[in-house]
Amino acid sequence: MSAAPIRILVVDDEPPIRRLLRAGLGTQGYEVVEAGNVADALLAIAAQPPDVMLLDLGLPDRNGMDLLAQLRATDADFPIVVLSSRTDEKGIVQALELGADDYVSKPFGMQELLARLRVALKHRLQQQGERPIFRLGGLSVDLVRRIVTVHGRDAKLSPREYDILRVLVQHAGKVLTHRLIIREVWGGIADIQNLRVHVRQLRQKIEDDPERPAFVLTETGVGYRLQAPD
Amino acid sequence: MAEDRRDQHLRPLPDALLQAAKRESRGRLKIFLGAAPGVGKTFEMLQQAASRRDEGVDVVVGVVETHGRKETEQLLSGLEIIPRRLVDYKGHRLDEMDLDAILQRRPQLVLVDELAHTNAPGSRHPKRYLDVEELLSVGIDVYTTLNVQHVESLNDVVAQITRIRVRETVPDAIVDRADDIEIIDITPRDLIQRLHEGKVYVSRTAERAVAHYFSPGNLTALRELALRRTAQRVDAQLLNHMQAHAIPGPWAAGDRVLVCIDDSPGSEALIRYARRMTERLQAPWTALHVETASALRRSVAAQDRIAASLRLAERLGGEAVTIPGRDVAAEMVRYAETHNATHIIVGKPDKSRLREAVQGSVAHDVIRSAGDISVHVIALNESAAETDRHRPVAPKGRLEAAPYLFSTLFVVAALGLGFVLDEFLDVRNIALVFLTSVLGAAVSFGLWPALFASLLSMLAFNFFFLPPIETFTIADPENVVALFFFLLVAVIASNLTARVRSQAIVASQRAKTTEDLYLFSRKLTSVGTIDDLLWATAYQIAAMLKVRVVILMPEFDKLELKAGYPPEDQLDDADLAAARWAFERDREAGRGADTLPGAKRLFLPMRTSSGPVGVVGIDSDKPGLLLTPEQRRLIHSLADQAALAAERIQLVADVDRARLSAESDRLRSALLTSISHDLKTPLAAIIGAAGMLKSYSAALDEEAKADLIGTVQDEAERLNRFIANLLDMTRLESGAIAPNAALNDVSDVLGAALHRAAAVLSSHRVDLQIAPDLPMVRVDAVLFEQILFNLLDNAAKYAPSGSAIRVQSWQDDDAVIVQVLDEGEGIPEADLERIFDKFYRAQKGDQVRAGTGLGLPICRGFVEAMSGTITAANRTDRSGAIFTIRLPVPDQKRPVDEAA
Repeated sequence: MSAAPIRILVVDDEPPIRRLLRAGLGTQGYEVVEAGNVADALLAIAAQPPDVMLLDLGLPDRNGMDLLAQLRATDADFPIVVLSSRTDEKGIVQALELGADDYVSKPFGMQELLARLRVALKHRLQQQGERPIFRLGGLSVDLVRRIVTVHGRDAKLSPREYDILRVLVQHAGKVLTHRLIIREVWGGIADIQNLRVHVRQLRQKIEDDPERPAFVLTETGVGYRLQAPD
Repeated sequence: MAEDRRDQHLRPLPDALLQAAKRESRGRLKIFLGAAPGVGKTFEMLQQAASRRDEGVDVVVGVVETHGRKETEQLLSGLEIIPRRLVDYKGHRLDEMDLDAILQRRPQLVLVDELAHTNAPGSRHPKRYLDVEELLSVGIDVYTTLNVQHVESLNDVVAQITRIRVRETVPDAIVDRADDIEIIDITPRDLIQRLHEGKVYVSRTAERAVAHYFSPGNLTALRELALRRTAQRVDAQLLNHMQAHAIPGPWAAGDRVLVCIDDSPGSEALIRYARRMTERLQAPWTALHVETASALRRSVAAQDRIAASLRLAERLGGEAVTIPGRDVAAEMVRYAETHNATHIIVGKPDKSRLREAVQGSVAHDVIRSAGDISVHVIALNESAAETDRHRPVAPKGRLEAAPYLFSTLFVVAALGLGFVLDEFLDVRNIALVFLTSVLGAAVSFGLWPALFASLLSMLAFNFFFLPPIETFTIADPENVVALFFFLLVAVIASNLTARVRSQAIVASQRAKTTEDLYLFSRKLTSVGTIDDLLWATAYQIAAMLKVRVVILMPEFDKLELKAGYPPEDQLDDADLAAARWAFERDREAGRGADTLPGAKRLFLPMRTSSGPVGVVGIDSDKPGLLLTPEQRRLIHSLADQAALAAERIQLVADVDRARLSAESDRLRSALLTSISHDLKTPLAAIIGAAGMLKSYSAALDEEAKADLIGTVQDEAERLNRFIANLLDMTRLESGAIAPNAALNDVSDVLGAALHRAAAVLSSHRVDLQIAPDLPMVRVDAVLFEQILFNLLDNAAKYAPSGSAIRVQSWQDDDAVIVQVLDEGEGIPEADLERIFDKFYRAQKGDQVRAGTGLGLPICRGFVEAMSGTITAANRTDRSGAIFTIRLPVPDQKRPVDEAA
């Protein structure tokens, strides 16, 4: 912690949630700015853009989705993590498509939230310089030489499987929607079932127990997430 | 006994109270009654209206005729006038009161001049008093004016006095129901004075009659009539008041008046007489028509006259009854006796003495046999009744040749038989053979062919059998006598037989009607749906009355055509308006009725005790009166039977709904119990633990703190699962589950479910046996994950810690099977199906935590939403439960990987 602490803008209309987040995030040395509605959030951003924003989608004055779209339409590029309810997969996908970086379902554990925030912040900081070798448990991915090994053994991935893994590695820890992966891998010309088949094959090749994947996690109704390396 | 009667009288009569209550919501009607035109009714009405307006009452003028009189016009200028409606009728422009504009304006009081006015054709009601009725029925007060000669029951009395018959009449009921009647009374001399001063409006057509009309004698009589009529009404009001307030008093004895009517034009006068008499007596009355066999031969005009008389009786507040019978006088006296009538009114016979001697006289017969019933014989002033003495026209069928031809054949057969029998028998016995043929003709074809056969037989008998044979001369004088008696016997026998036959025909027609009605009511009890019922009703009415039928019922505030025989697609606007009116007012409307007579059909409400449920509309190509009173009663009884059946069907539906709602009430209360328990238990733990941590933090050691914190977290998660379940259940029940089905990998979704259930499953082992190359299934991944999570959660709850939970999946023909097996105690046989019921929790040991009773119902709901099935069973290899999901394998081949 050298210079200024990391500023987190919390936009939520529920005071108990804001109090919880203030306490929880405070323990990690973050500076917390609170807003109860979209108008206040815009004021806070205008005063000083935060390093990361936690956004609840149901706000009293305007839809959180609108704020998201508005911010991404301007040059505000700080990461945004959306707080949502579990039953709102469609809303999550829409928020992600609109440019949210990740999401956390209410009710959430503080650990889970902190992990998401860390991933979101890390990706911002490291956007240009990808690490040449990605390691996660027994899995290692060399993005320069396009070599994937599991427990030191070469995993023979098909080009498509490798591309999926590459996209996941590039956004490790972040949820990726089906559509985003398809766009990255197939250029948009494929369907979700096709993706599922390939993910299954990928799991067969890299997971220790493909039925209970430890690396490529399914976010049901949303997409996939590669477990973040610690 | 006397005590009883007293008690009865001391209690307010329900009818009187009902009438008083009905009056509350109705507008009040005040009639300014005058003995003759020009007494100043309109003027008085306007003056009173002006003072009401000054009191702050919202007064408007619906229609007032000033007839150009200055004083009247001046009074009128201070009042709001609703513009009249212009009606085009055959090139004439008539202006009429704009009823709809008044209804829309909704004043407190509206002035409607000349109550007896007849509206222009095409108006909603043919008569202005019906407009007034409608205004009153929506609660608007009405002031109106009326001359005494327009009162229906006084109509012919006035005509007798003044020799001018007024065609525009107002039913007495309207006058009786008026809340106030103010008689505008000036002396005949003053009125005549006003007439000479030109202050009385006289229409041009009436001018010639005026001189006679306004004679002092006439005016005195009219004035007396008006005063008497008002006094009568005051009597009635007093009586009603006494009844309503249970004041004991001298009640009119149980008088009951029967008036006998037939097809003579004087019948209407009889009915009016009966009305006047019964009003004085305060007695109920009945117009009785005895339908004899001759009714079958009656002309259409005569039938119409009877129908009109019966309707008039109904309109004047009497009962109209038609009974079949042979002897009019005897039937009438019998009816009077059985119905406790005390008076019989009959018309004075106008027959010549000779015809009376031959045909008999009803009046005389009634008087002779009436016993202690008073008989009133009323002279019929035929000129006043505008006679159109009308000989019954022979019905067309009577000139058919066939009956005569067959009668001739009967006689020919008799002749043949006569020749055969002539060999053995005396010639006079042959006469009996001919008599047989005459009787045969009478039985088969009625009177006239029988008489024809009689004549023919006589001639044949004479010609072929009486010597000298083959001449019409008769040698033996004895035979002349025999032949004469033969003819007499033949004629008498024909007459009697033909009469019996006619009676039989009438009786069988009635029997047919009765049977039809019986069959219809039987049919109604067996129909189960409204549609079937309406079709059956439409068909029945059409078949019995030979008319076209439509039936309309309300649907979303509109009357919709529900059935028709023959089938009909839509009605024109006039018909729809009449149907709506009939439905809303619970009265007849349309063709031949008082309201909207311009409609093509006549609409009758289908009544039940709780109001009309629909309307029946009928029409036919037959010109003239659509229904006789007999048929009208028939259709009413059919419609009412159908209405009752409709109500029954409706009630059954209501009961079903009530049962359903009781069921959902039971569920709701179970839900409340469950919620209060399942929400409060974890909340209590959380609040308790949090409170401890806050207040006694210093006193707690680290282990205790960790324990409390763990409790808070566990209970919060339990609460979260419960709420998630409740939300899912709500979505299921509100039908908001629209599975977003896509091809999914079972193991993919299972992996996600296991991930989410990791905390729940922490103390269990999970074995997975997923068949390789399992085809994808078409499911909603989110719902499927929830199903698997619930099953895993359930297994964890019911199986002991440390035991194994097995999840296996394989393909079985065209289905993918997913099974979750636990090592708990299993499910009691009786509960295998019930565990999928909401809020049902299987019996279990105390050590197992209570479930929500929602997890498995949600599983079933979700699985079925994805066209799969879920069943529960017990393991056969060991104790434990098996939950089996079957999901259909989609036809589609697995997508081919272009790069693999």
